Parts: sequence; structure tokens; C-alpha cells
Amino acid sequence: MKEFNIVLTGVGGQGVLTLGMIIAEAALKQGYDVRTTELHGLAQRGGSIPFHVRFGKKMYTPLVLEGEANLVIGLEPLEALRSCYYGSRQHKTMFLIDNDPVVPLSVSVLGEKYPSINEIKNILKDFSDKVIVLNASEIVKKETGSEIAANIYLLGCVFGKKLIPLKEKFILQAMEEVSPKYFEINKKIFNLGMKHKE
Amino acid sequence: MNKVLIDKLGEKVLLLGNEAIVRGALESGIGFASTYPGTPSSEIGDTFAEIAKDAGIYFEYSTNEKVALEAAAGAALSGVRSMVFFKHFGLNVASDSLFPLAYAGVKAGMVILVADDPQGWSSGQAEEDTRLFAKIAHLPMLEPSNAQECKDFVKMAFELSEKFKIPVFIRTTTRVSHMRSIVKLGKIIKGKTKGKFIKNIQNRNFPPYIIDVHKELHEKLEELRKVSEKSEINFISNNKKSNFGVIVSGVSYDYVMDAMDDLKIKLPVLRIGFTYPAPDKKIKEFIKKLKTVLVIEELEPFLEERTHVLAKEVNPKLLIYGKSHLPNAGEYNEELVLEALSKITGKKFSMDLIAHKEKYKKLKITKRFPIMCPGCPHRATFYAAKVATAGMDIVYGGDVGCYILGLYKPLETQDFVFSMGASEGLVHGIRKTTDQKAIAFLGDSTFFHAGMPGMVNTVFNKTNPLIIVLDNRITAMTGHQPNPGVGITAMGEETKAIPIEEVAKSFGIENVNVVDPFAVKEMIDTIKEFLNKDKVSVIVAKRECQLLAMRKKRAQGIKVLKFEIDQSKCKKIGICLNELACPAIYKENGQYKIDKDICTGCGVCAQVCPAKAIHAVTE
Repeated sequence: MKEFNIVLTGVGGQGVLTLGMIIAEAALKQGYDVRTTELHGLAQRGGSIPFHVRFGKKMYTPLVLEGEANLVIGLEPLEALRSCYYGSRQHKTMFLIDNDPVVPLSVSVLGEKYPSINEIKNILKDFSDKVIVLNASEIVKKETGSEIAANIYLLGCVFGKKLIPLKEKFILQAMEEVSPKYFEINKKIFNLGMKHKE
Repeated sequence: MNKVLIDKLGEKVLLLGNEAIVRGALESGIGFASTYPGTPSSEIGDTFAEIAKDAGIYFEYSTNEKVALEAAAGAALSGVRSMVFFKHFGLNVASDSLFPLAYAGVKAGMVILVADDPQGWSSGQAEEDTRLFAKIAHLPMLEPSNAQECKDFVKMAFELSEKFKIPVFIRTTTRVSHMRSIVKLGKIIKGKTKGKFIKNIQNRNFPPYIIDVHKELHEKLEELRKVSEKSEINFISNNKKSNFGVIVSGVSYDYVMDAMDDLKIKLPVLRIGFTYPAPDKKIKEFIKKLKTVLVIEELEPFLEERTHVLAKEVNPKLLIYGKSHLPNAGEYNEELVLEALSKITGKKFSMDLIAHKEKYKKLKITKRFPIMCPGCPHRATFYAAKVATAGMDIVYGGDVGCYILGLYKPLETQDFVFSMGASEGLVHGIRKTTDQKAIAFLGDSTFFHAGMPGMVNTVFNKTNPLIIVLDNRITAMTGHQPNPGVGITAMGEETKAIPIEEVAKSFGIENVNVVDPFAVKEMIDTIKEFLNKDKVSVIVAKRECQLLAMRKKRAQGIKVLKFEIDQSKCKKIGICLNELACPAIYKENGQYKIDKDICTGCGVCAQVCPAKAIHAVTE
């Protein structure tokens, strides 16, 4: 494998950064060269949070080139759509989206329209071979009875579907290192995600 | 334990550029660090704050960047290795002391790290290329391309600084500061934290010594140029014969390496890491046999202009491309570099990026602006100001902090934003020259940083704006760092909390009130009253940042009050959503509702609802 490119996206509080860190640390443990990048500061206050992770034999830039993402994980549908251009049919980009919309003020106050999930899927067809939309947040809430970010469920899901070239033991090690406090519950959610059928 | 403290020689860890900088300082025996927080450099301070005690070094958040620079200079002049860091705007503030410091020199190593922000990700007001500062201040500058280099260059900068008795700049950009890459750890060295200031005529940079010192500074720079010539951080990748070569610095090196790989070409690339003084001989050697050279650097044509000068001597016919093929504004990326290389070499990339771009450029994707958090006290203050000034011809002076977000609809209470503390100066000038009323909004940290002189000026030169200090008890925008109003230092020690209202009164201001932003009516009434005063007036809108307050409540297990809208009482007026614009409020099937998951219980919506339809949930 030359390199594997992932774009993670969502809004503040959905666990984009934690997910990115787990993937990056797992890739390091597996012996890959790793680069990541993200935005900090004011952009995080309710704004879009894109996080790029690249790993492989050797690479320089931390930013994923347009059209060259192998995987786009959207923790929020509109943000997944906003990152559409990292995908391409040529590169067989896979989109995995949690149907957990966070409605922006541009919609609730200024009257812009929040696209339906079918509209989003339709647009993404131009940029992807395969778009999977699931109700991860809902499932996690049902299974655990509490409001926990669905990020780990999605990670379990991409792992279960063999969409990410990382070994389970390294993912679990990274998970424990990045958020030790939540390791047990995260492991459970990861396993749930692994068994996701769709 | 924070990763920057791992004491395993040769261990490979994944570090953020900003964390690697701290590690570099620890491997250099640093004793003193100071800053004023500013993104993209903020995590350097956050990391120092976390580890300073364990590492046995001193770290402080100074009142502003000028004070931070002076404090670090004081330490370096006393023989303690020091580092000061800030964003590009911070260097502007510090520059008044920077120039004389270059003349005075230092005793122990001193590193000045500046994080530029091309694209203005965290600095909407202006882009700025700090490399030009190196030139006018006569200070050497190093530019890393990744996290490993962030660490290594800091070490090198300390060595150079101490050897040449001159402060050394490190310049990063957002993408280097916020890039994680693998860093091989070196040995942590326990530095000196106590020294002695020794009086030295060299430090007296005023006439008649000044001309001599200036001359010596130029000589120092020529000596440093010799170091730059030999330095391994100026290196050539793919050193082979070619008509076309690339000169590159900073993160653009990463883009050009990957772009060549994607285009399946190998061009000689001269990577400049020692940006100032530039390695002139090395550049001349590199361009001598080329027909074309492309200089790739974000923002200003700094190396491009140097290349023009040098080519005149060794290769006058050389075609020098740079800003001709790449933008002089905004952040670069691999796409831009790929396009430029493809255009010059005629090599095509396997994917048609232009067609790809056309495909997504035509999409109209619903916008998402950053917003003030649910329960943010700034929103309540802005709402009150809008109500109090309805129908008035009034100017809202803006400033730098989270409250900059008040510029968006529907609040629109930031008519301009310049720099830290600038709201007061501008509003003073507007009051002097117009008949419009004016309010200056600025934060607590901003007030201490540069807001005090502006406030004094309104008293001294007699104008009567209303100054509202949005005192949320922390420096919020950059990630909750303490400031002089808070009562705690960067290292977690208790200190005197300076009350802003007392400062204002001590300036001779008579109309000073402290108002809780969540007391909406009191805020509206006070604003109305103070706008009619014939002398300057000050409202300290005091209420802790809601993000922080929530975090504390959660940690202590305190239940957060939630509000809901009683649909039988709601008259569908919509002030709660359309004018207050709290992100916890939304409209669904014609009904206004509150998202209890994100409601923080501030209760402002309940106060602004004319139908009294919003109430706290009792469970």
C-alpha cells in the first residue's frame, strides 16, 4: 500500500479529533509513516471540523489531495457533503455517514435549506462509488442508554467492513491510549460497530 | 503523562508541530517561557502550562506579547535560556522591543517563535509574512516543514542564539503548527532557571554606541550567513542534472515532494530551512545551470526576490517563476503546486483536477459559520445592546475575541475589527468626528492586553462612547487561558485578580457598572442610561464563559437546568430563534423548540419571550 487517505468531518463535540487521533496512533503502532492535520481555534466554535489522516510507507503533506481520499467518515451529513471533493469515483472513495444532522443557524435563522439525506447521497454519487448512511448515534444511544458520540461505532463499522487497513489490536491499543477513561465503553461500542449490517 | 515528557531516547512519537516545539525547548535546556495566547501558536502555551512544573521550568501567560518578549529577553540577558512565542499579530505588538533587542543581544540562548496564519484560519483581520520581520529587525530565521523539524530547529536555534548572542526566530505556518508527524525523541536537558544579570556596555543600545552596535549586527549577520551556507537544513533533494529546478521553504516542501510523486517526475529541489540570512552561494550554485526555476513559498515572494538578485550575478537569463504561477494570498496546498508543476513541465496528473473542481464548484452547499455557544454570555449582551439601541444611529466597535462572531446575522454588533483593544481608539475617533452614538465591545483579556490605553484616551481627550467589557473571566477563544482578571497563573498558582471595574474607576471614569449579561432587562436599561451620559461610561458584562462553566458543573456532578417552550403559550413570535439566535432553539413543523441536549440553562430566552412561554424544566 502506497498510502491510505482519510478525511474525517463533523462539527464540534462529535468526536472528530478523538477518532482521528485513534486512527493515527494505530497506524503509527502498525509501523506506518503518519501525517495528520486539523484546524484549531475559533473555527471550532460550532463550525465545521475537518481532520485529515494519511498513513503509508512515506508521505510528506498532511493534507489529503482532492479526489484522493480512500475513505471519508462524516459524523454529520451536511459536513460529509461539504467534504465531497476529497472523493472521486476514479479513486473509489467510500463515504460512511452518520445520519445525525446538526442544523446550522444559516438554516434555522437565515432560511437556507438543509438538504435531505437522499439529496446528499445523490450529489455524492458524483464523487464516490459507495455511500453508506447509517443511524450510528441512534444505535449507540439505544444500546448504551446514554448520549455518547458515535465516532467509535463508525470506526468499528469501517473495521468490520474491512475498509481500513489497520489491525484490531493496534486500534484497541490506540483507543486505550487516546481516551483511557472511556476504554471499556468504547471497546463495547467498537464491537457493536464491527457487527453493523447494511 | 504528556507525550512531550517521555524520557526515552530515540522513541518515535506522533506530535503536533506545536508540541514538538515544546519538546525541542526541553531538549535544549530551556528555563523560561512566555507568551500571550494566539492561534495557531496556542497549543505551545497549553503544553508548557501542562508540563512546566513537572519539567522544572518557568512558564507564564504575560499581559501581552510585548511584555512576553521583554520578559523572555530579561531571562536571556540573565543567563537563562528562554523562548517567547505568539502568532504573527503578536509580533506586531512585540516589535517595539524586538528591534532594540537585536542590537542589545542576549547572553543565554533566546528563541522567538512566530506562527503565521496564511488563509486567516484563526486570524480574520489580515495575512502576514513574518519573514520580512527577520530582515528589518536583523535577526536570523529558521523555517521548519514538519513536526520533526519543529523540534530539531528549536534546538539549533538555541545553539545559534547562544553562540552569536542574538535572538533567533523560528517561523511556522498554520499547517506546520497543526500538523502531526512522527518525531524521534532526543534527550531532555534540565536547564538553568536562575542566572545573574551582568552589566555590559554592549546592552546599552543608545547614542553614541548605537551606530557601532548596528554595524556589529550586520557583521554578525554575515557570520550567520556562513552558517546558513553550510547548514544541512538547506539541502537539495534529487540532486541531478535538469533544466528546471524548484526552490522551496516551509510546508510547501511537503506539497512539492508529494506533487512530484503524483506527477511521476523528479526535479532537483533546493529546500531552504535557514531562511534568513539566505545561503546565497548555495542558491547561486543551484540556479547556475538551470534554465527555469520555480520558487514555491506561501504569501510574500521573499526567496523569489532574493533569487532575482542572485541570478543577476550567475545566470541573468534564468526564467524565475513564483508568484507568476502561484497565488500571493492564502494558504497553499498540493493541488496548487501540482497545477504549477504540471503547467511548467507539461506532465499530466492521472486525475483531471480542473474537471473535478468544476464539478464541486457549482454545488451550493448550505453554509455553516462558527457561532457563539449555547448560553454564551456575549450573545446575551449583544442582544441587550441591539434592543437598547433599536432605531438609533449607532456604531458598534468590534474587537478580537470569541465575540468577533457577533458580526454575523442576526446580531451584527461588530461593525469593524482591527486588532487587540482597537475598538476604543476607533470609537473615540468616530465620536469626535460624527454625531453617531458608539459602543466599543472588548473582552477581559483584550482589555488588559491593549485596551487600557484606549480607555485612558477617552478620558484624557474627552469623548463619551460606551465601553462594554465582555468579561467572561478567561481568554476563551484560544482555549481558556488565564488572564490578569482571573486570579490564577499559567502554572496554576493563585495571584491577585485585577477587577476591571476598579481599573476603569481609577482612570477617573464615573459611570462604571458591573452587570450580569444573563440579567437581560438590567443590561438593556444600563446601556440606555449610559448612552445618554456626556462622559465616557463603562459596563463590565461579567459572567464566566459558558463552556467553562458547563465543564466545571459536569466535573462536580452539578445538574444543568434545562428550559422548554410551552406550546400552548407560544405565540410563534420567534424572537428566541430569529433575534437571540441561540443554537439550542430550532423550529420544527411550525413549532419553536429547545434542544435539551445542548441547552445550558442560561434562561435568557425565557426573559426575552414576550409571551412568557419559556420556562425551566422541573423534574
